[in-house]
Amino acid sequence: MPRKSVYKAEIEHIQVMDENGVIDAAQSRNTLSDEEILELFKFMQQCRQLDEIAFKLQRSGRMGTYPQNKGQEAAAIGTAYAAKKGQDFLVPCYRENAALFMHGLPMHYVLLHWMGDERGNQIPEGVQQLPLCIPIGTQMLHATGIAWAFKMRKEPKVALTYFGDGATSEGDFHEAMNFASVFQVPLVFICQNNQWAISVPRESQMRSKTVAQKALAYDMPTYQVDGNDLLAVYKIAKECVDRARGGGGPSFIEAVTYRLADHTTADDARRYRDPKEVDMWLGRDPLIRLRKYLETKDLWDETKQKTHEEKCKAIVSEVVKTAEGIEKPSFDDIFDYTFAAINPELERQKRTARTSSLGQDPTQVGLTAAAEMANGK
Amino acid sequence: MPRTDVMKQKGLTLVDAINEALEQEMTRDERVVILGEDVGANGGVFRVTEGLQKIFGKDRVIDTPLAESGIMGTAIGLAMAGMRPIPEIQFDGFLGPAYDQLTNHAARYRTRTRGAITIPLTVRVPVGGGIHAPELHSDSPEAIYAHTPGLKVVMPCTPVDAKGLLTAAIRDPDPVVFFEPKRVYRSFREEVPEEEYTIPIGHAKVVSEGTDLTVVTWGASVFECLAAIDKLPEDVSIELIDLRTIYPIDLDTIVQSVQKTGRCVIVHEAPKTSGFGAEISSLIQEHCFLYLKAPVQRVAGFDTVMPYYKLELDYLPDAKRIAESVTQTLAY
Ligand SMILES: Cc1ncc(C[n+]2csc(CCOP(=O)(O)OP(=O)(O)O)c2C)c(N)n1
Ligand SMILES: [Mg+2]
Repeated sequence: MPRKSVYKAEIEHIQVMDENGVIDAAQSRNTLSDEEILELFKFMQQCRQLDEIAFKLQRSGRMGTYPQNKGQEAAAIGTAYAAKKGQDFLVPCYRENAALFMHGLPMHYVLLHWMGDERGNQIPEGVQQLPLCIPIGTQMLHATGIAWAFKMRKEPKVALTYFGDGATSEGDFHEAMNFASVFQVPLVFICQNNQWAISVPRESQMRSKTVAQKALAYDMPTYQVDGNDLLAVYKIAKECVDRARGGGGPSFIEAVTYRLADHTTADDARRYRDPKEVDMWLGRDPLIRLRKYLETKDLWDETKQKTHEEKCKAIVSEVVKTAEGIEKPSFDDIFDYTFAAINPELERQKRTARTSSLGQDPTQVGLTAAAEMANGK
Repeated sequence: MPRTDVMKQKGLTLVDAINEALEQEMTRDERVVILGEDVGANGGVFRVTEGLQKIFGKDRVIDTPLAESGIMGTAIGLAMAGMRPIPEIQFDGFLGPAYDQLTNHAARYRTRTRGAITIPLTVRVPVGGGIHAPELHSDSPEAIYAHTPGLKVVMPCTPVDAKGLLTAAIRDPDPVVFFEPKRVYRSFREEVPEEEYTIPIGHAKVVSEGTDLTVVTWGASVFECLAAIDKLPEDVSIELIDLRTIYPIDLDTIVQSVQKTGRCVIVHEAPKTSGFGAEISSLIQEHCFLYLKAPVQRVAGFDTVMPYYKLELDYLPDAKRIAESVTQTLAY
């Protein structure tokens, strides 16, 4: 029997705006208007400002560990802008703050989370997203379930889920991809391939030449985009979101980007990463090319930049004030959210702040001396 | 906790001691390999494997893909095929994906093959709270694994014990879960014998002898208990036992002590209900019934999700809570 090919595939790489802010005219159809680009550029700067301040808060001991988003904002903003705020649903990991803000999460929530406060996860009513997800690669299954529910109820909604290159090694990632594909749920998988998973470079994480090709195994439309190119990200994300909304099932986007900062503030990337590589990517920062583009269009200049920077600083300093102004949660909070209704043992622990029976009940039979002590006699 | 002049102290920290044990065992036995996330060039996120890849190469100190089930499952395969793998799971909270492999395979293979196939692996896991870490970086799941037949569970808290117990774990013919209390990774130094040595698994340590009451604990809580004992009046005589091995439990040391003192307070970070303190309390009731002068008490984490760090110190048993419970138990 002659061998025959039963499957052929290729992965497209899409770039609309290059590092110098030059747009490919053919590619730029169905992307963003100049007004939109300007607004998103301004928003991106605000997110960057928050990210830099978050870093400083950690360094000055005012916040715990923080993973910087710096350099990856185009991937977050381009995808989130393609989705409908208040209708579509975002399922993040922790490196797409800008997407969450765009869909209505107040900025101080993210600070609160990293300040060790669960109220940073208490998503306000009407904001369609889950909180940050700490266990790597687990949240895409939730996104699949959420999108599945939309499909079951015939709601015209789409879910978008974000994760890193490292996350695609987890078993849960593949299970999510398979479920999403088998049940054809309205979901867009967005891999922020920032080249590193803490100290492990992408080439050691996987032998696959692209992350995008992993979706071929699940027969999903899949794309590799320049993740630092807002227009390319938006263009492809819009296609995927529209297809999903129209009943066309899940898609996969690999946004090729770069982690410009350390993995988190607890990490020191100099131990494992060549600074030359970082330098190279600094030039590919999404903000640089957008600014160049807007300047050639006479929509931006140094004066506008200065004014806007001041505005961002003012906004962010309010955000910090809000986050830091929130008092330590009450001790009762530890208990009150364990279940819908508290049970007797939890109630005892809450009331007495003790787990020992004598601590919980100083009148326990046989306990005279201790009861007196507890009563301060 | 003896935190202040760590730099001035002589000897090794817990991290150093574990690193030294790993290096010596890898030198002694070519079958020993380390595998995990960021254990190579980065030396692990806590630097426990610092420098080992330089010495032993990338084939023996292996940066794996980001997949705990993969790490544990392939470590099992390596062990089956005659290697001595030491998988590292980066944090307690990320044992989740490895759970199936660890409990349904590593723990059961000797039994289900009637000894034909065995799994000599040592999984290292930083454990416990108190370091202001993000979510799922502060949990204490030791009871879950102690409740899994076929696993040994170890949690030393001093450099000397860690080196000896890790060496014993690596040489052990069965799977060992080696928990490292991260809160005391670098909190003090201690003189540690340079040469290799083992401390047998399954032996508790009497940290200080006493006659009035026994405190049983393990992990970073040992130091909270020491601080609590410091707070008590001079004439109170407390026997402090550091369990060191959770399973198999050293029943004799506990029973001997409680038969002597008649009173016992058990301290652990994990939630109280079904925590390992429950097992110890039961054993004491079974073996020391007529010796008891007071009900056995448990000072533990609450039966809640480990809170984020703003509230973590309200959650963790501290010296004050421990001292109060000891006082009440003494007064009973
Ligand atoms: C299940 C699990 N294992 C390990 C970790 C520790 N950890 C946190 S982030 C990270 C790397 C993630 O890399 P990637 O998915 O590429 O995302 P990035 O941080 O680069 O955005 C690791 C190993 C974790 N949080 N969860
Ligand atoms: Mg990454």
